[in-house]
Amino acid sequence: MREYSTVISGFGGQGVILAGKILARTGMERGLEVTWLPSYGPEMRGGTANCTAIISSKLIGSPIVDSPSALIAMNPPSLDKFETRVQENGLIVVNSSLVDEPKGRDNIKVVNVPLNEIAKEIGNQKVINMVALGAWAKFVEEISLQDVIKGMEMTLTDMGKERFIGSNREALEKGFGHAE
Amino acid sequence: MVDKQLMRGNEAIAESAIRAGCRNYFAYPITPQAELLQWMAVHMPEAEGGTFLQAESEIGAINMVYGAASAGERTMTSSSSPGVSLKQEGISYLAGADLPAVVVNIMRGGPGLGNIQPAQGDYFQATKGGGHGDYRIITLAPSTVPEASRLTYDAFDLADAYRTPVMILADGMIGQMMEPVELPERKPPEEIPPKPWATTGAKGREGNVIKSFALGGENLKAMNVARFERYEKIEEKEVRYEEVNTDNPDIILAAFGTVARIVKSTIRLAEEEGLEIGLFRPVTVWPFPAARLNELSAEVDTVLTVEMNAGQMVEDVKLAVRPETETPFYGEVGGVVPTPGNILEEVKKYV
Repeated sequence: MREYSTVISGFGGQGVILAGKILARTGMERGLEVTWLPSYGPEMRGGTANCTAIISSKLIGSPIVDSPSALIAMNPPSLDKFETRVQENGLIVVNSSLVDEPKGRDNIKVVNVPLNEIAKEIGNQKVINMVALGAWAKFVEEISLQDVIKGMEMTLTDMGKERFIGSNREALEKGFGHAE
Repeated sequence: MVDKQLMRGNEAIAESAIRAGCRNYFAYPITPQAELLQWMAVHMPEAEGGTFLQAESEIGAINMVYGAASAGERTMTSSSSPGVSLKQEGISYLAGADLPAVVVNIMRGGPGLGNIQPAQGDYFQATKGGGHGDYRIITLAPSTVPEASRLTYDAFDLADAYRTPVMILADGMIGQMMEPVELPERKPPEEIPPKPWATTGAKGREGNVIKSFALGGENLKAMNVARFERYEKIEEKEVRYEEVNTDNPDIILAAFGTVARIVKSTIRLAEEEGLEIGLFRPVTVWPFPAARLNELSAEVDTVLTVEMNAGQMVEDVKLAVRPETETPFYGEVGGVVPTPGNILEEVKKYV
Protein backbone atom coordinates (compact mmCIF):
# COMPACT_ATOMS: atom_id res chain seq x y z
CA MET A 1 0.00 0.00 0.00
CA ARG A 2 1.13 3.56 -0.53
CA GLU A 3 2.35 5.40 2.54
CA TYR A 4 -0.71 6.13 4.66
CA SER A 5 -0.18 8.54 7.54
CA THR A 6 -2.70 9.26 10.26
CA VAL A 7 -2.51 12.01 12.85
CA ILE A 8 -4.59 11.29 15.94
CA SER A 9 -5.09 14.27 18.18
CA GLY A 10 -7.13 15.07 21.25
CA PHE A 11 -7.17 15.95 24.94
CA GLY A 12 -4.84 14.06 27.23
CA GLY A 13 -6.92 11.10 28.45
CA GLN A 14 -8.87 10.59 25.20
CA GLY A 15 -6.60 7.70 24.28
CA VAL A 16 -4.86 9.20 21.27
CA ILE A 17 -1.49 7.66 22.10
CA LEU A 18 -2.96 4.18 22.51
CA ALA A 19 -5.06 4.53 19.35
CA GLY A 20 -1.88 5.34 17.41
CA LYS A 21 -0.08 2.34 18.85
CA ILE A 22 -2.98 0.11 17.86
CA LEU A 23 -2.86 1.46 14.29
CA ALA A 24 0.86 0.76 14.12
CA ARG A 25 0.35 -2.72 15.52
CA THR A 26 -2.42 -3.32 12.99
CA GLY A 27 -0.05 -2.50 10.15
CA MET A 28 2.74 -4.58 11.63
CA GLU A 29 0.50 -7.63 11.98
CA ARG A 30 -0.38 -7.22 8.31
CA GLY A 31 3.34 -7.47 7.54
CA LEU A 32 3.58 -3.81 6.54
CA GLU A 33 6.17 -1.21 7.53
CA VAL A 34 5.01 1.07 10.34
CA THR A 35 6.20 3.98 12.46
CA TRP A 36 4.56 5.61 15.44
CA LEU A 37 5.72 8.94 16.83
CA PRO A 38 4.13 10.71 19.80
CA SER A 39 4.26 14.41 20.49
CA TYR A 40 6.05 14.52 23.80
CA GLY A 41 6.38 18.22 24.46
CA PRO A 42 5.32 19.71 27.78
CA GLU A 43 1.55 20.07 27.99
CA MET A 44 -0.69 21.50 30.66
CA ARG A 45 -3.48 19.36 32.04
CA GLY A 46 -6.29 19.32 29.51
CA GLY A 47 -3.85 20.23 26.75
CA THR A 48 -3.71 18.54 23.39
CA ALA A 49 -1.70 15.40 22.71
CA ASN A 50 -1.13 13.90 19.30
CA CYS A 51 0.70 11.11 17.56
CA THR A 52 1.43 10.10 13.99
CA ALA A 53 1.11 6.50 12.78
CA ILE A 54 2.35 5.62 9.31
CA ILE A 55 1.61 2.38 7.49
CA SER A 56 3.30 1.53 4.20
CA SER A 57 4.40 -1.38 2.07
CA LYS A 58 7.75 0.38 1.56
CA LEU A 59 10.37 1.40 4.10
CA ILE A 60 9.23 4.57 5.83
CA GLY A 61 11.63 7.51 5.74
CA SER A 62 10.40 10.34 7.87
CA PRO A 63 8.05 9.47 10.75
CA ILE A 64 6.97 13.13 10.64
CA VAL A 65 4.80 14.21 7.72
CA ASP A 66 4.05 17.66 6.34
CA SER A 67 0.56 16.59 5.31
CA PRO A 68 -1.06 13.44 6.66
CA SER A 69 -3.41 11.20 4.69
CA ALA A 70 -5.89 11.26 7.56
CA LEU A 71 -6.69 13.18 10.71
CA ILE A 72 -8.69 11.97 13.69
CA ALA A 73 -9.69 15.12 15.58
CA MET A 74 -11.08 14.27 19.00
CA ASN A 75 -11.34 17.86 20.27
CA PRO A 76 -11.67 21.40 18.79
CA PRO A 77 -7.99 22.49 19.07
CA SER A 78 -6.94 19.35 17.16
CA LEU A 79 -9.09 20.26 14.20
CA ASP A 80 -7.81 23.86 14.26
CA LYS A 81 -4.22 22.70 14.33
CA PHE A 82 -4.23 19.98 11.67
CA GLU A 83 -7.24 20.51 9.38
CA THR A 84 -5.43 22.55 6.75
CA ARG A 85 -2.52 20.11 6.62
CA VAL A 86 -4.54 17.07 5.52
CA GLN A 87 -3.72 15.91 1.98
CA GLU A 88 -6.08 16.53 -0.92
CA ASN A 89 -8.62 13.70 -1.08
CA GLY A 90 -7.65 12.89 2.48
CA LEU A 91 -9.85 11.87 5.40
CA ILE A 92 -10.88 13.69 8.57
CA VAL A 93 -12.73 11.86 11.32
CA VAL A 94 -14.29 14.47 13.58
CA ASN A 95 -15.61 13.92 17.07
CA SER A 96 -18.93 15.64 16.51
CA SER A 97 -19.75 15.35 20.22
CA LEU A 98 -17.25 18.14 20.88
CA VAL A 99 -16.27 19.63 17.53
CA ASP A 100 -18.34 21.67 15.07
CA GLU A 101 -18.39 20.34 11.53
CA PRO A 102 -15.39 21.68 9.63
CA LYS A 103 -16.14 23.94 6.68
CA GLY A 104 -14.11 25.34 3.86
CA ARG A 105 -12.55 22.29 2.25
CA ASP A 106 -14.49 20.31 -0.35
CA ASN A 107 -11.71 17.99 -1.47
CA ILE A 108 -11.61 16.17 1.87
CA LYS A 109 -13.80 13.33 3.10
CA VAL A 110 -15.17 14.44 6.44
CA VAL A 111 -16.76 11.86 8.71
CA ASN A 112 -18.66 13.22 11.69
CA VAL A 113 -19.04 10.70 14.48
CA PRO A 114 -20.44 11.51 17.95
CA LEU A 115 -17.68 9.59 19.72
CA ASN A 116 -18.70 10.51 23.27
CA GLU A 117 -22.37 9.56 22.79
CA ILE A 118 -21.49 6.23 21.19
CA ALA A 119 -19.01 5.45 23.96
CA LYS A 120 -21.73 6.31 26.48
CA GLU A 121 -24.08 3.80 24.83
CA ILE A 122 -21.38 1.17 25.19
CA GLY A 123 -21.06 2.19 28.82
CA ASN A 124 -17.36 3.07 28.79
CA GLN A 125 -16.14 6.60 28.03
CA LYS A 126 -12.60 5.30 27.57
CA VAL A 127 -13.41 3.59 24.28
CA ILE A 128 -14.02 6.79 22.31
CA ASN A 129 -10.64 6.30 20.64
CA MET A 130 -11.75 2.91 19.28
CA VAL A 131 -15.04 4.35 18.02
CA ALA A 132 -12.90 6.79 16.03
CA LEU A 133 -10.62 4.04 14.69
CA GLY A 134 -13.65 2.04 13.60
CA ALA A 135 -14.86 5.01 11.53
CA TRP A 136 -11.33 5.47 10.13
CA ALA A 137 -11.18 1.82 9.03
CA LYS A 138 -14.32 2.21 6.92
CA PHE A 139 -12.57 4.68 4.60
CA VAL A 140 -9.08 3.23 4.42
CA GLU A 141 -9.23 0.73 1.60
CA GLU A 142 -6.18 -1.32 2.45
CA ILE A 143 -6.99 -1.84 6.14
CA SER A 144 -10.12 -3.72 7.17
CA LEU A 145 -12.11 -3.51 10.38
CA GLN A 146 -10.95 -7.05 11.14
CA ASP A 147 -7.32 -5.94 10.85
CA VAL A 148 -7.87 -3.18 13.40
CA ILE A 149 -9.73 -5.50 15.75
CA LYS A 150 -6.78 -7.87 15.63
CA GLY A 151 -4.30 -5.03 16.24
CA MET A 152 -6.38 -3.87 19.22
CA GLU A 153 -6.64 -7.39 20.66
CA MET A 154 -2.92 -7.99 20.41
CA THR A 155 -2.03 -4.60 21.88
CA LEU A 156 -4.38 -4.97 24.85
CA THR A 157 -3.23 -8.56 25.41
CA ASP A 158 0.41 -7.43 25.58
CA MET A 159 -0.63 -4.77 28.10
CA GLY A 160 -2.37 -7.39 30.24
CA LYS A 161 -5.75 -5.72 29.62
CA GLU A 162 -7.59 -8.56 27.90
CA ARG A 163 -10.69 -7.84 29.96
CA PHE A 164 -11.29 -4.64 27.95
CA ILE A 165 -11.18 -6.36 24.56
CA GLY A 166 -14.96 -6.87 24.44
CA SER A 167 -15.92 -3.22 24.96
CA ASN A 168 -13.17 -2.05 22.61
CA ARG A 169 -14.34 -4.44 19.89
CA GLU A 170 -17.89 -3.16 20.30
CA ALA A 171 -16.56 0.39 19.99
CA LEU A 172 -14.66 -0.39 16.78
CA GLU A 173 -17.75 -2.05 15.28
CA LYS A 174 -20.09 0.78 16.28
CA GLY A 175 -17.70 3.41 14.90
CA PHE A 176 -17.45 1.49 11.64
CA GLY A 177 -21.22 1.06 11.46
CA HIS A 178 -21.96 4.69 12.24
CA ALA A 179 -19.52 6.23 9.78
CA GLU A 180 -20.81 7.46 6.43
CA MET B 1 7.17 -16.51 12.96
CA VAL B 2 9.86 -13.91 13.38
CA ASP B 3 10.01 -12.37 16.80
CA LYS B 4 9.08 -8.81 15.79
CA GLN B 5 8.01 -6.38 18.44
CA LEU B 6 6.70 -2.86 18.23
CA MET B 7 9.09 -0.93 20.46
CA ARG B 8 10.24 2.58 21.19
CA GLY B 9 13.86 3.33 20.37
CA ASN B 10 14.62 3.80 24.06
CA GLU B 11 13.14 0.39 24.88
CA ALA B 12 14.90 -1.35 22.00
CA ILE B 13 18.27 0.06 23.07
CA ALA B 14 17.71 -1.08 26.66
CA GLU B 15 16.60 -4.61 25.75
CA SER B 16 19.40 -5.01 23.20
CA ALA B 17 21.97 -4.02 25.84
CA ILE B 18 20.62 -6.72 28.15
CA ARG B 19 20.78 -9.24 25.30
CA ALA B 20 24.38 -8.19 24.57
CA GLY B 21 25.29 -9.23 28.08
CA CYS B 22 25.10 -5.88 29.88
CA ARG B 23 24.39 -6.68 33.51
CA ASN B 24 25.27 -3.38 35.13
CA TYR B 25 23.26 -0.32 34.24
CA PHE B 26 23.46 2.96 36.10
CA ALA B 27 21.63 6.14 35.14
CA TYR B 28 19.64 9.15 36.19
CA PRO B 29 16.31 9.99 34.50
CA ILE B 30 15.91 12.70 31.89
CA THR B 31 13.51 13.32 29.00
CA PRO B 32 13.51 12.16 26.18
CA GLN B 33 15.46 9.15 27.39
CA ALA B 34 13.33 8.14 30.40
CA GLU B 35 11.79 4.98 28.86
CA LEU B 36 15.28 3.48 28.60
CA LEU B 37 15.69 3.76 32.35
CA GLN B 38 12.15 2.48 32.92
CA TRP B 39 12.76 -0.60 30.75
CA MET B 40 15.97 -1.32 32.61
CA ALA B 41 14.28 -0.91 35.98
CA VAL B 42 11.77 -3.63 35.06
CA HIS B 43 13.92 -6.00 33.01
CA MET B 44 17.48 -5.76 34.32
CA PRO B 45 16.60 -7.44 37.63
CA GLU B 46 15.04 -10.31 35.63
CA ALA B 47 18.36 -10.95 33.85
CA GLU B 48 20.71 -13.27 35.72
CA GLY B 49 23.15 -11.19 37.73
CA GLY B 50 21.53 -7.99 36.53
CA THR B 51 21.98 -4.76 38.45
CA PHE B 52 19.82 -1.72 37.85
CA LEU B 53 20.67 1.32 39.89
CA GLN B 54 19.18 4.77 39.64
CA ALA B 55 22.15 6.87 40.69
CA GLU B 56 22.01 10.09 42.68
CA SER B 57 23.18 11.99 39.61
CA GLU B 58 24.62 11.55 36.14
CA ILE B 59 28.09 11.97 37.62
CA GLY B 60 27.42 9.20 40.09
CA ALA B 61 26.17 6.94 37.30
CA ILE B 62 29.19 7.35 35.02
CA ASN B 63 31.56 6.65 37.90
CA MET B 64 29.63 3.50 38.78
CA VAL B 65 30.16 2.51 35.15
CA TYR B 66 33.89 3.09 35.68
CA GLY B 67 33.82 0.73 38.64
CA ALA B 68 31.84 -2.01 36.91
CA ALA B 69 34.01 -1.75 33.78
CA SER B 70 37.16 -2.05 35.92
CA ALA B 71 35.76 -5.31 37.30
CA GLY B 72 35.38 -6.62 33.75
CA GLU B 73 31.60 -6.30 33.56
CA ARG B 74 29.60 -5.24 30.51
CA THR B 75 28.16 -1.93 31.65
CA MET B 76 26.14 0.98 30.31
CA THR B 77 24.74 4.35 31.21
CA SER B 78 22.33 6.54 29.28
CA SER B 79 21.12 10.09 29.35
CA SER B 80 20.18 13.04 27.18
CA SER B 81 22.31 16.04 26.26
CA PRO B 82 22.59 18.01 29.56
CA GLY B 83 23.10 14.75 31.43
CA VAL B 84 25.76 13.59 28.99
CA SER B 85 27.64 16.84 29.55
CA LEU B 86 27.76 15.95 33.24
CA LYS B 87 29.25 12.56 32.34
CA GLN B 88 32.09 13.96 30.27
CA GLU B 89 34.67 13.90 33.04
CA GLY B 90 33.88 10.25 33.62
CA ILE B 91 34.07 9.43 29.92
CA SER B 92 37.52 11.03 29.76
CA TYR B 93 38.59 8.87 32.73
CA LEU B 94 37.18 5.74 31.07
CA ALA B 95 39.09 6.58 27.89
CA GLY B 96 42.24 7.32 29.89
CA ALA B 97 42.00 4.04 31.78
CA ASP B 98 41.21 2.10 28.58
CA LEU B 99 37.91 0.82 29.93
CA PRO B 100 35.12 -0.60 27.75
CA ALA B 101 31.66 0.80 28.40
CA VAL B 102 28.61 1.98 26.47
CA VAL B 103 27.17 5.47 26.86
CA VAL B 104 23.85 6.36 25.22
CA ASN B 105 22.99 9.95 24.35
CA ILE B 106 19.38 10.56 23.28
CA MET B 107 20.05 14.13 22.18
CA ARG B 108 17.71 17.04 22.82
CA GLY B 109 17.77 20.75 22.07
CA GLY B 110 20.52 22.81 23.66
CA PRO B 111 22.77 24.40 24.77
CA GLY B 112 22.17 24.56 28.50
CA LEU B 113 18.84 23.16 29.59
CA GLY B 114 17.54 23.74 26.04
CA ASN B 115 14.35 21.81 25.51
CA ILE B 116 13.24 18.20 25.16
CA GLN B 117 12.77 18.09 21.39
CA PRO B 118 15.05 16.07 19.07
CA ALA B 119 18.37 17.67 18.08
CA GLN B 120 21.86 16.77 16.90
CA GLY B 121 23.83 19.48 18.68
CA ASP B 122 26.15 17.06 20.49
CA TYR B 123 27.99 15.83 17.38
CA PHE B 124 31.12 17.83 18.22
CA GLN B 125 31.01 16.69 21.84
CA ALA B 126 30.71 13.03 20.85
CA THR B 127 33.17 12.88 17.97
CA LYS B 128 35.89 15.31 18.98
CA GLY B 129 36.39 14.15 22.57
CA GLY B 130 33.80 15.77 24.84
CA GLY B 131 35.91 15.66 27.98
CA HIS B 132 39.45 16.88 28.65
CA GLY B 133 42.60 15.31 27.29
CA ASP B 134 43.30 13.71 23.99
CA TYR B 135 40.98 10.85 23.13
CA ARG B 136 38.27 9.60 20.80
CA ILE B 137 35.33 7.31 21.35
CA ILE B 138 33.66 5.11 18.77
CA THR B 139 30.37 6.86 18.06
CA LEU B 140 27.46 5.03 16.42
CA ALA B 141 24.53 7.02 15.02
CA PRO B 142 21.37 4.94 14.38
CA SER B 143 18.66 6.27 12.09
CA THR B 144 15.94 3.73 12.83
CA VAL B 145 14.75 1.79 15.86
CA PRO B 146 15.94 -1.58 14.47
CA GLU B 147 19.34 -0.07 13.81
CA ALA B 148 19.47 1.41 17.31
CA SER B 149 18.93 -2.13 18.58
CA ARG B 150 21.63 -3.65 16.35
CA LEU B 151 24.21 -0.94 17.04
CA THR B 152 23.70 -1.17 20.79
CA TYR B 153 24.25 -4.91 20.59
CA ASP B 154 27.45 -4.38 18.57
CA ALA B 155 28.64 -1.52 20.78
CA PHE B 156 29.52 -3.88 23.62
CA ASP B 157 31.67 -6.04 21.32
CA LEU B 158 33.44 -2.97 19.92
CA ALA B 159 34.03 -1.59 23.42
CA ASP B 160 35.58 -4.87 24.57
CA ALA B 161 37.63 -5.39 21.40
CA TYR B 162 39.31 -1.98 21.59
CA ARG B 163 39.01 -1.28 25.32
CA THR B 164 37.26 2.00 24.73
CA PRO B 165 33.99 3.68 25.62
CA VAL B 166 31.47 3.52 22.77
CA MET B 167 28.69 6.04 22.37
CA ILE B 168 25.25 5.51 20.85
CA LEU B 169 24.40 8.96 19.50
CA ALA B 170 20.67 9.13 18.81
CA ASP B 171 18.06 11.82 19.39
CA GLY B 172 14.64 12.30 20.92
CA MET B 173 12.88 11.15 17.77
CA ILE B 174 14.68 7.79 17.61
CA GLY B 175 14.22 7.42 21.37
CA GLN B 176 10.48 8.17 21.34
CA MET B 177 9.27 6.61 18.11
CA MET B 178 8.07 3.03 17.73
CA GLU B 179 8.99 0.67 14.91
CA PRO B 180 8.89 -3.10 14.56
CA VAL B 181 12.15 -4.59 15.81
CA GLU B 182 13.60 -8.03 15.45
CA LEU B 183 15.64 -8.24 18.62
CA PRO B 184 19.01 -10.00 18.64
CA GLU B 185 19.41 -13.31 20.44
CA ARG B 186 20.78 -13.23 23.95
CA LYS B 187 24.55 -13.51 23.78
CA PRO B 188 25.69 -16.61 25.68
CA PRO B 189 28.14 -15.60 28.46
CA GLU B 190 30.84 -17.87 27.01
CA GLU B 191 30.85 -15.77 23.83
CA ILE B 192 31.87 -12.67 25.75
CA PRO B 193 35.68 -12.50 25.60
CA PRO B 194 37.54 -12.85 28.91
CA LYS B 195 39.18 -9.73 30.34
CA PRO B 196 42.48 -10.77 31.90
CA TRP B 197 43.25 -7.12 32.66
CA ALA B 198 40.22 -6.64 34.94
CA THR B 199 40.46 -6.12 38.70
CA THR B 200 38.74 -9.30 39.76
CA GLY B 201 40.88 -10.20 42.80
CA ALA B 202 44.60 -10.93 42.46
CA LYS B 203 44.75 -14.24 44.28
CA GLY B 204 47.32 -16.43 42.52
CA ARG B 205 48.36 -13.80 39.97
CA GLU B 206 49.99 -10.41 39.66
CA GLY B 207 47.65 -7.57 40.59
CA ASN B 208 46.05 -5.61 37.79
CA VAL B 209 46.09 -1.85 37.95
CA ILE B 210 43.51 0.32 36.23
CA LYS B 211 44.11 4.05 36.18
CA SER B 212 44.31 7.02 33.89
CA PHE B 213 47.10 8.55 35.99
CA ALA B 214 50.79 8.39 35.04
CA LEU B 215 53.33 10.74 36.57
CA GLY B 216 56.27 11.62 34.35
CA GLY B 217 56.07 12.64 30.71
CA GLU B 218 57.37 9.43 29.18
CA ASN B 219 54.96 7.15 31.03
CA LEU B 220 51.88 9.06 29.98
CA LYS B 221 53.25 9.45 26.48
CA ALA B 222 53.59 5.68 26.14
CA MET B 223 49.97 5.15 27.28
CA ASN B 224 48.72 7.77 24.83
CA VAL B 225 50.75 6.48 21.91
CA ALA B 226 49.51 2.92 22.46
CA ARG B 227 45.94 4.20 22.60
CA PHE B 228 46.28 6.16 19.39
CA GLU B 229 47.64 3.06 17.69
CA ARG B 230 44.38 1.36 18.64
CA TYR B 231 42.46 4.34 17.26
CA GLU B 232 44.26 3.83 13.95
CA LYS B 233 43.06 0.24 13.86
CA ILE B 234 39.52 1.40 14.60
CA GLU B 235 39.73 3.90 11.73
CA GLU B 236 40.99 1.14 9.47
CA LYS B 237 38.49 -1.58 10.37
CA GLU B 238 35.36 -0.18 11.95
CA VAL B 239 34.13 2.49 9.56
CA ARG B 240 30.45 2.01 8.72
CA TYR B 241 28.18 3.95 6.40
CA GLU B 242 25.11 3.61 4.23
CA GLU B 243 24.65 4.85 0.68
CA VAL B 244 21.33 5.35 -1.06
CA ASN B 245 20.95 6.23 -4.72
CA THR B 246 24.60 7.26 -5.07
CA ASP B 247 24.87 5.87 -8.58
CA ASN B 248 25.04 9.02 -10.70
CA PRO B 249 22.88 11.42 -8.66
CA ASP B 250 22.43 15.14 -9.32
CA ILE B 251 23.54 15.98 -5.78
CA ILE B 252 24.64 14.07 -2.68
CA LEU B 253 23.22 14.81 0.75
CA ALA B 254 25.27 13.94 3.81
CA ALA B 255 23.21 13.33 6.93
CA PHE B 256 23.29 11.11 10.01
CA GLY B 257 20.69 9.64 12.35
CA THR B 258 17.15 11.01 12.25
CA VAL B 259 17.90 13.51 9.47
CA ALA B 260 19.17 10.73 7.20
CA ARG B 261 15.87 8.88 7.38
CA ILE B 262 13.99 12.10 6.59
CA VAL B 263 16.29 12.53 3.57
CA LYS B 264 15.11 9.11 2.37
CA SER B 265 11.62 10.58 2.10
CA THR B 266 13.07 13.62 0.33
CA ILE B 267 14.68 11.28 -2.22
CA ARG B 268 11.23 9.91 -3.11
CA LEU B 269 9.68 13.38 -3.34
CA ALA B 270 12.52 14.47 -5.62
CA GLU B 271 12.14 11.42 -7.88
CA GLU B 272 8.57 12.51 -8.63
CA GLU B 273 10.06 15.73 -9.99
CA GLY B 274 12.77 13.95 -11.96
CA LEU B 275 15.54 14.92 -9.55
CA GLU B 276 18.03 12.31 -8.36
CA ILE B 277 19.30 12.80 -4.82
CA GLY B 278 21.97 10.53 -3.34
CA LEU B 279 22.36 10.02 0.40
CA PHE B 280 25.60 9.37 2.22
CA ARG B 281 24.93 8.41 5.82
CA PRO B 282 27.79 7.87 8.23
CA VAL B 283 26.81 5.15 10.72
CA THR B 284 30.08 5.60 12.59
CA VAL B 285 30.37 9.36 12.99
CA TRP B 286 33.71 8.59 14.62
CA PRO B 287 35.54 7.09 12.83
CA PHE B 288 34.11 9.28 10.08
CA PRO B 289 33.88 7.48 6.71
CA ALA B 290 36.04 10.10 5.00
CA ALA B 291 37.69 7.91 2.36
CA ARG B 292 34.40 6.75 0.85
CA LEU B 293 32.92 10.24 0.89
CA ASN B 294 36.03 11.49 -0.90
CA GLU B 295 35.47 8.94 -3.67
CA LEU B 296 31.78 9.80 -3.97
CA SER B 297 32.44 13.53 -4.12
CA ALA B 298 34.15 13.01 -7.47
CA GLU B 299 30.74 12.12 -8.94
CA VAL B 300 28.92 15.35 -8.07
CA ASP B 301 29.49 19.11 -7.87
CA THR B 302 27.79 19.50 -4.52
CA VAL B 303 27.59 17.62 -1.23
CA LEU B 304 24.87 19.28 0.87
CA THR B 305 25.08 18.46 4.57
CA VAL B 306 21.81 18.48 6.52
CA GLU B 307 21.76 18.36 10.31
CA MET B 308 19.63 19.33 13.28
CA ASN B 309 22.29 21.77 14.51
CA ALA B 310 24.01 24.91 13.24
CA GLY B 311 26.67 22.99 11.29
CA GLN B 312 28.84 20.35 12.95
CA MET B 313 29.27 17.21 10.83
CA VAL B 314 29.63 19.56 7.84
CA GLU B 315 33.18 20.23 9.06
CA ASP B 316 34.07 16.54 8.68
CA VAL B 317 32.38 16.54 5.28
CA LYS B 318 34.52 19.51 4.17
CA LEU B 319 37.67 17.71 5.29
CA ALA B 320 36.64 14.56 3.44
CA VAL B 321 35.50 15.77 0.00
CA ARG B 322 37.68 16.91 -2.92
CA PRO B 323 38.87 20.51 -2.93
CA GLU B 324 36.59 21.47 -5.83
CA THR B 325 33.39 20.04 -4.24
CA GLU B 326 30.84 22.61 -3.07
CA THR B 327 29.81 21.95 0.55
CA PRO B 328 26.73 23.98 1.51
CA PHE B 329 24.89 23.36 4.76
CA TYR B 330 21.25 23.29 5.83
CA GLY B 331 20.39 22.98 9.51
CA GLU B 332 17.46 23.33 11.86
CA VAL B 333 18.19 24.20 15.48
CA GLY B 334 16.41 24.42 18.81
CA GLY B 335 14.68 21.06 18.53
CA VAL B 336 13.02 21.80 15.18
CA VAL B 337 12.94 18.76 12.89
CA PRO B 338 13.18 19.46 9.15
CA THR B 339 10.49 17.87 6.98
CA PRO B 340 11.14 16.08 3.67
CA GLY B 341 9.66 19.14 1.92
CA ASN B 342 11.98 21.58 3.75
CA ILE B 343 15.00 19.60 2.63
CA LEU B 344 13.80 19.37 -0.97
CA GLU B 345 13.39 23.15 -1.11
CA GLU B 346 16.97 23.52 0.06
CA VAL B 347 18.23 21.00 -2.51
CA LYS B 348 16.61 23.01 -5.30
CA LYS B 349 18.93 25.92 -4.54
CA TYR B 350 21.85 23.86 -5.78
CA VAL B 351 20.60 21.77 -8.71
